[in-house]
Amino acid sequence: MLELRNINKQSGAEKHLSDISLRLERGTLNVLLGPTLSGKTSLMRIMAGLDRPTSGTIHVDGVDVTGVSPQKRDVAMVFQQFINYPSMTVYENIASPMRVARADRKSIDDAVQRAAALMKLTPYLDRMPLNLSGGQQQRTALARAIVKNAGLVLLDEPLANLDYKLREELRAELPRIFAESGTIFVYATTEPSEALLLGGNTATLAQGHVTQFGPTIDVFRSPVDLVTARTFADPPLNTISADKTGNTFVLESGVGIPAVDAIADGIYTIGFQPHHLSLTPSGAEAVALRTVVAALEITGSESFVHLRFVGADWIMLTPGVQDFAVGQEIEVFLDPRLLLVFDGTGRAVGQTPALAA
Amino acid sequence: MDKTWNNNAWFLVLPVLVLVAFSAIIPLMTVVNYSVQDTFGNNEFFWAGLDWFEDTLHSERFWAALWRNLLFSAIILAIQIPLGIFIALNMPKRGWGVPVCLVLMALPLLIPWNVVGTIWQVFGRVDIGLLGRTLAAMGIDYNYVQDPLDAWITVVVMDVWHWTSLVVLLCYAGLASIPDAYYQAARIDGASRWSVFRFIQLPKMQRVLLIAVLLRFMDSFMIYTEPFVVTGGGPGNETTFLSIDLVKMAIGQFDVGPAAAMSLIYFLIVLLLSWVFYTVMTNYGQGDER
Repeated sequence: MLELRNINKQSGAEKHLSDISLRLERGTLNVLLGPTLSGKTSLMRIMAGLDRPTSGTIHVDGVDVTGVSPQKRDVAMVFQQFINYPSMTVYENIASPMRVARADRKSIDDAVQRAAALMKLTPYLDRMPLNLSGGQQQRTALARAIVKNAGLVLLDEPLANLDYKLREELRAELPRIFAESGTIFVYATTEPSEALLLGGNTATLAQGHVTQFGPTIDVFRSPVDLVTARTFADPPLNTISADKTGNTFVLESGVGIPAVDAIADGIYTIGFQPHHLSLTPSGAEAVALRTVVAALEITGSESFVHLRFVGADWIMLTPGVQDFAVGQEIEVFLDPRLLLVFDGTGRAVGQTPALAA
Repeated sequence: MDKTWNNNAWFLVLPVLVLVAFSAIIPLMTVVNYSVQDTFGNNEFFWAGLDWFEDTLHSERFWAALWRNLLFSAIILAIQIPLGIFIALNMPKRGWGVPVCLVLMALPLLIPWNVVGTIWQVFGRVDIGLLGRTLAAMGIDYNYVQDPLDAWITVVVMDVWHWTSLVVLLCYAGLASIPDAYYQAARIDGASRWSVFRFIQLPKMQRVLLIAVLLRFMDSFMIYTEPFVVTGGGPGNETTFLSIDLVKMAIGQFDVGPAAAMSLIYFLIVLLLSWVFYTVMTNYGQGDER
């Protein structure tokens, strides 16, 4: 078990991490989700032992390892850039952690062949890494991490520089490969969809704070605050300010949305995912909203419709190719049971939207 | 698609052609012209064929100077390349130390060659030079005017002082281009300092090292100004390199023909050795970088 207690990291006047506490269990997959500069890499560097936290401690199975050098930490790390030893063959690259550990020739060869087969690198073992494609280079780096058989495996946006298809393929394989070894697996990404595909647990990071940590689906469905909800939404979360009076959220346009939960009257921010807007009412409770089409992006299977509503700009994600004209007025529907409600400080209030996600 | 021929295109290369003609081809052809003729002044020339080339290749004086050149270049490369790498590795990577170091390193490179020669000529003098006096006071028998070894040491040390910076700056640029993640990966792997150098820094510096070796070889093989100023080729002929010999012959003795033949041979040797260096080092690196 890896435990971070009240980790702070500051360099100069800049605060990179503030008061982070996390407990990562053996055999779990943990996603660090946050935009660029949110502190994912800083946190990983501290987990690896590459950096010392300004304050706070790190414990592995109850033993304080703060300040212990990375080579004594039993960690493996894969970076966004493809990092391999340029003058060694793929074979020697994969073997390198075991050579450092002075393993015998037979077990090195077994481990390298197994990892190479797993990463589909067997035909390239005699090649130099820089003569391989980006995907093969990164698979070499991943194979090195597998061979090391470390208790903690850190992957810092490992698939970000790969092309789409390869990313899909590796993303499906990675959790399975590392789950077998019973290691603690930490995966940093900027993409909410990647976190959802990987599953496991997710810690959302924003400006050096861990805003929420828990099972990925739970964090996605019921974010504790607006920042987490925004971090975990792609395309961006739709929001609008609403004045709750009685049983209704009154929007600036005068439209009322029924409030499901019993909360005090006042000004709230309500949020919902882009795919929660629809062209047809999802049920009897659905509220109709008159909006104007601002822009249209069509991916083929889905359409992103940028909408202008009184007091807000939204995106609707809707299946199929939708052929609207820009400036056209359309009616969209929103299910009030799917709303996320945040108070003036950004904290989520009320119940978990049961049907969300 | 049919190829269209348009001779107007030649006009586009014309400026470069003119420039190269005046800067390289015409002077070189003048030398070729001299190398096959003999003259006694008065602008009278007689056809000499390949006599001067034969003479040069049979002259002991030429081989002795060539040998000195090769030895000098070998010593220079053997000292400056490792020393340059070593200094580059130990230069600060960030902070206020970077500009300070870079300026200090660039200083010797900014001094004109004859001034470098003059500085060391005075610096090493036993009667008034700081270095010469200090060594004499320490009881070391040092005199670059009389002792061939001292003369060599002086010329070598002077060149190291003057040109190691170039190797340092090239290597430093090569090191600066290595992403930080390489060092982090190496630390996690538990790689030793030597392994980091051998398996990350050296392969990544290979390109700039190739340039450094080529530049330093060509420059040191063509050395002229500094030893000319400091030792004038002496004592005896002990520090008479090919270029110094050439000038003695062409200007001192006005043997234009033999001097021209010798400079052509000299030119071909530089070309050949540079090509060998280049081929060896690029082949060595194949598969590593692309």
